[in-house]
Amino acid sequence: MKISVQEGPFDAGAELDAFSHGRQEVGAVVSFTGIVRDREGGLIAMEIEHYPGMTEKAIGEIAEQARARWNLADLVVIHRFGSLPVGQPIMMVATAALHRRAAFEAAEYLMDYLKSRAPFWKKEVTQSGAHWVEATPEDEDALSRW
Amino acid sequence: MIEIVYFAWVRERIGLPRERIETKAATVAELVEELRAREERYAAAFADVSALRVALDQELSEFDAALSGVREVAFFPPMTGG
Repeated sequence: MKISVQEGPFDAGAELDAFSHGRQEVGAVVSFTGIVRDREGGLIAMEIEHYPGMTEKAIGEIAEQARARWNLADLVVIHRFGSLPVGQPIMMVATAALHRRAAFEAAEYLMDYLKSRAPFWKKEVTQSGAHWVEATPEDEDALSRW
Repeated sequence: MIEIVYFAWVRERIGLPRERIETKAATVAELVEELRAREERYAAAFADVSALRVALDQELSEFDAALSGVREVAFFPPMTGG
């Protein structure tokens, strides 16, 4: 299990390669990479603040829940903080399980929980100013299906 | 003494990331009342607690939770990770 909260960039392809390499005990690997997108035009960067200490602890608990519930062979969570330009990867998750359904579901569970239970806050810095991204009711609703 | 930490727009409104204070508050809600009464910038940050979340010693908690034995209280808006 790899959990990394980091300021620097990561190579999602290389991470996935390393994660998948040489596995014989699993039939399915699923990965998701989140990228800084320019929703309305004019985005310069996404600034991500986090709560050092609590972030690692919260992600560790979420990851352990996913590992136990879907009997995962392994998983990866990488989440960046700091100032990230448009087009850069923000975060990734990867899951390895015996079967595809478990790998997909566990990856979705990780994403849903990371979005609203890991202490990160996003601020969009645009050409016309900066504003904090607000959590949506959908973010919270997403947890109810688990 | 208790350590209070602020994140995102709560930190911006109050104007500092953390501070140590002396308090007699028994619960988070009482601590919020004390802070609100301090200065306008605190009143602005805590105007609507339904827009805020609280963590006690780095675990998400509730505003009616007790503060006894707690070393660190964090206030922040709903999280937006992922």
